[in-house]
Amino acid sequence: MLNIILIAFCILTVGSALWVLWTKNVLHAAFALLLTFLGVAALYVMAGADFLGITQILVYVGGILVLLIFGIMLTNQAGNKEGGKNMILTENLNRFWGILIAGGFFGLLFYTFTQAGFQEVEQQHFGEISNHSSTIQITGIQLMTDYVLPFEIVGVLLMIALVGASFLASKNE
Amino acid sequence: MNNLLSYYLLVGAFLFSIGIAMVIVKRNVIMVLMGIELMMNAVNINLVAFGRNDPNIQGQMFALFVIVVAVCEAVIALALVLKVFEHFKTINLDKINELKG
Repeated sequence: MLNIILIAFCILTVGSALWVLWTKNVLHAAFALLLTFLGVAALYVMAGADFLGITQILVYVGGILVLLIFGIMLTNQAGNKEGGKNMILTENLNRFWGILIAGGFFGLLFYTFTQAGFQEVEQQHFGEISNHSSTIQITGIQLMTDYVLPFEIVGVLLMIALVGASFLASKNE
Repeated sequence: MNNLLSYYLLVGAFLFSIGIAMVIVKRNVIMVLMGIELMMNAVNINLVAFGRNDPNIQGQMFALFVIVVAVCEAVIALALVLKVFEHFKTINLDKINELKG
């Protein structure tokens, strides 16, 4: 049962990612990307990372995707208004080389996964899933003990990025 | 339960390849940014999948920091895209070629 649900979410993620690659309409790509992020969040939850799944939904779907759609709207090149539609289309180039490089890279990764035997390594180190409890408490404890320095640095980095972005996007010279 | 890891690895590899293809093929800056986000998601999937049974959740912590850095990258990149559009009146990557010799 768990396997079937996992495979369903894998198909959702991969299919919507293929749609992002296939479509020429930028807004359709943004909405397909929403499905991809939701599928990835479900994959996180099924790997026992519930806090990370919720963070994924909050940050990617609630933040980055809205930001991308704002970017699409603000950089609309007057569209092409043939046939009463106002679609924002993207141009494709180097299609052969793109597919070739991406397919070659996927083949390389697939060959590595089949040869490396990661599953035995994982079982030796961690065994079967032991605890099914929530990860929120251990996340908080780890953030305030072992990872307190990266936590603070990442906070400062986020503040610098926001100040820099608002400075860059401001109109006045 | 034993081969759950391979699903995660395959999905991660597939998302990364699609991200590479988008960065190469698409000529709209926003679509290239979407490809970069897809690649970061693929890396996060691998981190979470390998740290699945770790009691100290190191993989998840690293994925959390990767998400924050991805947010910083997206914010800065979109501000730059707005400025580029203001200056060149286009965001087609092949038409922004003022530095090309």
